[in-house]
Amino acid sequence: MSENQRTIEIEVLRYHPEKDKVPYQQVFQVPFTDDMSVLQGVQYIKDYLDGSLSFRWSCRMAICGSCGMMINGEPSLSCETFLRDYYPARVRVEALAHFPIERDLVINMEGFIEKLESIQPYIIPKEKRTLEQGEYLQTPEQLNAYEQFSSCINCMLCYAACPQFGLNPEFIGPGAMALLHRYNVDSRDGGKAERMELVASEEGVFHCTAVGYCSEVCPKHVDPANAVNQNKTNAAADYFLRFLAPKGGAK
Amino acid sequence: MNKRRPYVRPMDGWWRRNPFFVEYMIHEGTALFVAAYAGILLNGLLHLSRGEAAWNVWLEGLKNPLYIAFHVLALVAISYHTYTWFKIMPRTMPPVIVGGKRLPDGAITGGGLAVAAAASLVLLLAVWGMAR
Ligand code: SF4
Ligand code: FES
Repeated sequence: MSENQRTIEIEVLRYHPEKDKVPYQQVFQVPFTDDMSVLQGVQYIKDYLDGSLSFRWSCRMAICGSCGMMINGEPSLSCETFLRDYYPARVRVEALAHFPIERDLVINMEGFIEKLESIQPYIIPKEKRTLEQGEYLQTPEQLNAYEQFSSCINCMLCYAACPQFGLNPEFIGPGAMALLHRYNVDSRDGGKAERMELVASEEGVFHCTAVGYCSEVCPKHVDPANAVNQNKTNAAADYFLRFLAPKGGAK
Repeated sequence: MNKRRPYVRPMDGWWRRNPFFVEYMIHEGTALFVAAYAGILLNGLLHLSRGEAAWNVWLEGLKNPLYIAFHVLALVAISYHTYTWFKIMPRTMPPVIVGGKRLPDGAITGGGLAVAAAASLVLLLAVWGMAR
C-alpha cells in the first residue's frame, strides 16, 4: 500500500446469538488510506482479521441504503463516512440503534418491512386509465409536491435517530411516514383516505414529539420529520372536519 | 433449531447519548418555566380580583430577591425555548411557496424569531407606557 498509509483503531460492537448473552466491544487495528470509508474499514476486518464479522452492504455509493451503522453514536451510511475524519482517535461502530441486533452490525428489519407494506407504497390510481388513453400527466409543481419524499432509500437511519421509535417500536416512524406522504400528495394517487387511517391510528404520527433528529441524519434530505408533522395537522383536520361534513358523504 | 436470538438494547438514559437529544430535553425542560410563569401571572390575577390590598401584597412579594432571580432565570429559559421552537418550526409546517420557490428554512426561523422579538418589544413598551 502507499506510504501515506496509517493505522486506525476500529471498535466494533459484536454479538453472536449462538454464544453471546449480550453484545461486547472488540477493537481492531486497521491500516487505512485517505480514500477509505468506514465500510471499507470493516471489510478489511472481515477479509484479514476476523472473518466472522457480519454486516450489510451492497452499492458502496450511498444509494442502496443497506450499510447504515452507528458511527461514534451517529446514525450514518458507512460507505459515505470516511476513516480519515476520525483519525487519530478510535472510531466506534455499532449496529443501528433502536433495532434488535440479529448478529454484529446486522439488525432485524422485519418490523420496518411490515410498516413499509402497511402504508401501500405505490400509486392507487385516482382514475383508471387504459393503455389507449396514454400516460398520466403531471405539471412540474405537482412533481415538486412529492419529489423530495420520493428520494428515500429505506436506510432506516431516521429510525436509529428517533427515540420515540426506540421507546415504542410500534410507532410507524419517520421513513415509512415520509413514503406514505409521498404517495398521498401525488396528484395521480387516490389512496389518501385509506392511508390516513394509519396516520391517525395508535401507531401513527401522534407518537412523534418533534425531536427532529431524523431529518438531521437523513442522507437523502427527505426531511421525514416534515412529513410526520404535516400529517399531524392533516389527521387533526380530518378528525374535526368529520363533525362538519353531513352524513352520507354528500358534499 | 432456530439459532436466532435478536438482542434488544436498553433505552435507559437515551437522552444522554447524543448532544441533539440533550438539546431536545433542555428545550422540553424550559417549557416548565413557561408553565411556572403562567402560574405566577394567574396568581396575580387572583389577587387583583380580591381588591387593592391583596394586589399590593402580591406586588410586594414580587420584590423578593428570590423572585427577581427566578424572573431572570425564566427569561433565559424562555428565550432558549423560543429559539429552539423556531429552529424546529420549518420541519413542522407545509412548504411555503413564494414566487414559485420554496422558502428556505432559515427564512422561516429568522422570520419567527423577528416576530417574537417585535411582539416582546411592543408588549414591553405598552406596559412601560401604562406604568408611568
Ligand atoms: S427518510 Fe432518509 S433516513 Fe429515513 S429511511 Fe428514508 S433515506 Fe433513510
Ligand atoms: S453500501 Fe449502499 S448505501 Fe452504503
